[in-house]
Order: sequence, then structure tokens, then C-alpha cells
Amino acid sequence: MTAQTTPDTARRGPTTREPTRGERWIRRTPLLPGLLFVIAMTQIPFLFTVYYSFQDSNLLRPDSGSFAGISNYGRVLGDPLFRNAVANTVVLTVGAVVLSLALGLALAVLLDRAFLGRGIVRTLLITPFLVMPVAAALLWKTSMYHPVYGLLNWALSPFGVGADWVNDFPLLSIVMVLTWQWTPFMMLIMLAGLQSQSPEVLEAARVDGARPFAVFRRITFPHLRRFVELALLLGTIYIVQTFDAIYMITQGGPGQTSTNLPYFIYLQAFRAFDVGEAAAAGVIVVAATLVIAMFALRVVSSLFEEES
Amino acid sequence: MTSVTEAPAAVAGPAPGPAPRRRRRRPFRPAAGLLAWAVGLLFFFPVLWMFLTGFKQESQASTDPPTLFFQPTLDQYAAVLGRDFVPYLLNSLQASVLSTILAIVLGLPAAYALSLVRIPKWRDSLFFFLSTKLLPPVAMILPLYVIAQNLGALDDARTLTLVYTAMNMPIAVWMIRSFLVELPKEVLEAARMDGARRFTEMRRVILPMIAPGLAATALICFIFAWNEFFFAVNLTATRAATVPVFLVGFISGEGLFWARLSAASTMAALPVIIAGWTAQRWLVRGLSLGAVK
Repeated sequence: MTAQTTPDTARRGPTTREPTRGERWIRRTPLLPGLLFVIAMTQIPFLFTVYYSFQDSNLLRPDSGSFAGISNYGRVLGDPLFRNAVANTVVLTVGAVVLSLALGLALAVLLDRAFLGRGIVRTLLITPFLVMPVAAALLWKTSMYHPVYGLLNWALSPFGVGADWVNDFPLLSIVMVLTWQWTPFMMLIMLAGLQSQSPEVLEAARVDGARPFAVFRRITFPHLRRFVELALLLGTIYIVQTFDAIYMITQGGPGQTSTNLPYFIYLQAFRAFDVGEAAAAGVIVVAATLVIAMFALRVVSSLFEEES
Repeated sequence: MTSVTEAPAAVAGPAPGPAPRRRRRRPFRPAAGLLAWAVGLLFFFPVLWMFLTGFKQESQASTDPPTLFFQPTLDQYAAVLGRDFVPYLLNSLQASVLSTILAIVLGLPAAYALSLVRIPKWRDSLFFFLSTKLLPPVAMILPLYVIAQNLGALDDARTLTLVYTAMNMPIAVWMIRSFLVELPKEVLEAARMDGARRFTEMRRVILPMIAPGLAATALICFIFAWNEFFFAVNLTATRAATVPVFLVGFISGEGLFWARLSAASTMAALPVIIAGWTAQRWLVRGLSLGAVK
């Protein structure tokens, strides 16, 4: 990283000796408060979660708390409701990520051209992402999805379509809200990708007589690939953690048909007070997230290499 | 993806022509513009509807067909504010503003150490911050709850402040760092040649240059803290509950209080909508933790 080495050598000045141990610690001091704070607030709780996952622990039974081995993991993995939550999480995440990415890409292509009021349209489009998710969920649950007074049924009535969205299609209802919320995020990343293309290359292709679609497929799409990867991974990581929309719109129901993993763990911990099983489920979620995260880190890391 | 290599290079590239005009050379297509406007309005419509419904009477809020024209009233706003909304607002304000300040105060030195100072294993530390963003909140909530309970810190806005600070630290560090590495090297070197000490250099040279970046980072942190619900609903009860928790009170409204709910939602959402519109240019950088500019 040139940006780092150059000032550093400059500071060391005429004496080009290696920094001593003490000096290295002095240099590190600005980092330490933030680093230690984050370790304390995130790693210690997580270690506790791992500890609980091996305990037979229930908040309703104060005498509980003996070592339980891996029995919590066995219970979680054998729990049909857990497997149901895993399946729902996959459906919700894949559905919302794919839909919002596709829409986001289409909108980014539209917004990449000049037209009257482009700034205003962009502002309108990012607004769904900014609305407090709890408020957005309530808005959809009431004004949009309500079977009698909802705008969705009203708008679809000329086509003879009408449904009790939240009860008949709980997962679809959640996916639609999430897509509405996350399309702006995807659009912004795609737009950044489109606008970072080299104009000379595009110009050259056009001068050579390449048609717009060929330009998109041969030049724009390969260039966008890394942006698509990043959007997919970040979107997945954020959307897997969806809690607000489910808590507010369906409460995981009807039954458990729309319970995802975060909501399942919430139910286990704060409704059933089964700390052991909730913790084991939490550890499993972290392990799964870690797999996705490793890909994410690799992508971010590769972007990072280019920067240096 | 890095403006360092791409965007400015394109502008200041070998062709010295009037580069900033390049985007306008794209063909102007009214049809595409109309389509973009239509989709933009469609996406914005639910927000507009929420805003409008807040000015209706309850009898106009849930009707079939929907009421489009009505005499606006402030009754619902008065009712929400009369229903003890203000303490929730103050709790939200305290937790989001204080956590944002803390995240910047802790994040700026950390970002400095991880960009302009050469410390061993800086990359590991940088990615450690990022990895905490990937840790699902559900994996931490139980211990946080139990620890807070044992410390008597449940239902306390200060607890929420600390949690939000930790939640925003990766964003703060990565985003501030992305602004620091963009600083022109010549300026930093010149300051050092003059014998500026590190602290003076920070205060006199670096801070003024990255001030817009810090403001953008603060806005992004504020947005995330203000909208946060999961920790708020699990770690607070009555005293420290924030605005999203207030909205839970409307959860069972079967077409009864939609106008009031919309007024409350509008007030809840407005600060972040304004912050987000202001920080538009930096939104994508914040969301991608500095990876996309």
C-alpha cells in the first residue's frame, strides 16, 4: 500500500531503523480503544452464546444450568420447527435477494442515462430503503395487504385478483416488502458499477459499430460482475438477518409458515426461555453465516487489493 | 470499484478533453425517462400514502375504495404526541446521537491507525471489524440480555447506546478509512516536512479535509441506529424504549387506527428520510462499508 509506506518512511526521517517494540505500541494506541470496545461488545457475548449452547439452561428453571454436552445441538437439528425455519430463511433470502437485484439492475440501467429530473427519481427510489423497517412493515401490513381496505387488492381488482395476502401467502408477502426495501440498495451498488465504466472503452465500442445490447453483454456485464457479487453477498448477509418485517407482519405465522431463523431463535429464547436450544441455534447460524461471509470477505478483499 | 483507480482516472485520464461532460453524450431517450419516472413514483407511492393517511380522520383511513381526496387534519399528530410519544422520541434521539458520536470518536483514531500509520497486522484488525458486522445479532442477544440483567442495565438507554456503537463501529472504521486513504499524499508529506506532530497534523490538516466524509459517516451511523429494532425490543421495556418499539403498540390494529399509525410512522421515519436524502451521495459507500464509492 503505497499510501501507507511513503508517509511512514518520511516520518522516520534520516534514521531508517526499525521501530522498537515500544514505538510500535505507541503507534497502535489510536486503534486500541475502538478495537477493545468492539471485542468486548461482540466477542464476549458470542463466547457466552457458545457456552450456553453446551448448557442445559432455561430461564424458567433457576436450578438448571448443568453441562449438557452436545444435546442442545441434537435437539435443534432434530427439531422440525428449526428445519422449517431454515427452509423459510432460504426461501425469503433467495427470493428477496434475486428479485431486488434484478429490479435494482434494471433501474440502475435506466438511471444511468440522462433524463429530466433524474436526481428526483433517484431520491424517490432510495426512499423505501430509508423508511424505518418497523414502520414500513406496519404500512404494508395495513394499508397495502389488508384484504378489505388494502391498496393492493384495490389495484388488482380490475384483473379479478384479490387475496388475504398475509394469511394466504405469508412468505410472498414478506418477500415483496423486503424486495421493496432492498431494491434501492441493489440499485445504488449497480449504479456505482455502471458509472465507474471507462467511457473511452464504451465510446470505442460504439464507434466500431457495436450495438447497445452487444456493448452491454460484452463490456458492461463483465465489468459489473464484481459489483453483482458484492451486492449478492452483502444483500444476503443483511437479508438473512431479517427480523422486523416478520415480527410486525406475520409473527412467523400462520402457524410457523413464515418463521425464519432469527425469529425462531427469538421465540426459543424470549418466549420459550429455552436458552440452551436458542444458543445452539445461534451458533449454527453463525457457522452458516461464516461460510457466506468467507466468500464476502474474499470479494471485499479482492476489491481491496486493487485499491492498494 | 475504487474511485482511486477508476472514476478520477477516467476524468483526469490521458484524453484531456472536457471530461465531466462525458455522461451527457449518452443518447437522450424520453421513453426511458418516462419509465424511470413511473417506476420511481411506484416505489415512492407507499411512503406518500403513509404520509397522506396521517392527515386523515380514522373513518377515511380504512375505506373501500381508498379515500383519495379529504380535508387534511392534524388530529392524529396531536393524538400521537398526546399518547406519550415524546419519551420514546427522546430515547431514540439519545441512543442514536450518542452512539453515533461514540462510533466516530472511537472509529476515527482506529481508521487513522489502520490507514496512515503503519502498524503490524493492520489488515487483520481491519477485517476483524468487518467480520463483526457479519455476526448475526441473534447470536449475541441472549448473553447481552443476561449480562445487562446482572448489571441492572436492562431497559436503560445507555445500554442501547453502547450496543449501537458496537454495531456501527465497522461502518465507521471502514468508511472513515476509505476517506483517509483518498487524501493526497503530497499534503500529508508537506505537513510532516514542516515538522507537524501527529496530533497537530490530525487536527490542522486531516480533520478539515475529511470533515465532509465524517459528516457522511455520522449520518449513516445515525440511520442504522435510529431504525434499529431487534436490540431495542429485546433490551428495553418501558423506560428506555425507542420509537420502533412505540410502533409495536399498533401491531394488532385491525383497520382501527391506521391514520394514527400513519402519523406516528411518518414522525418515526422522517428523521432518517431527511438524513438519507442529505447523505445520498455517500449512502452506497456506507452500505458497502467503503468498498463501493
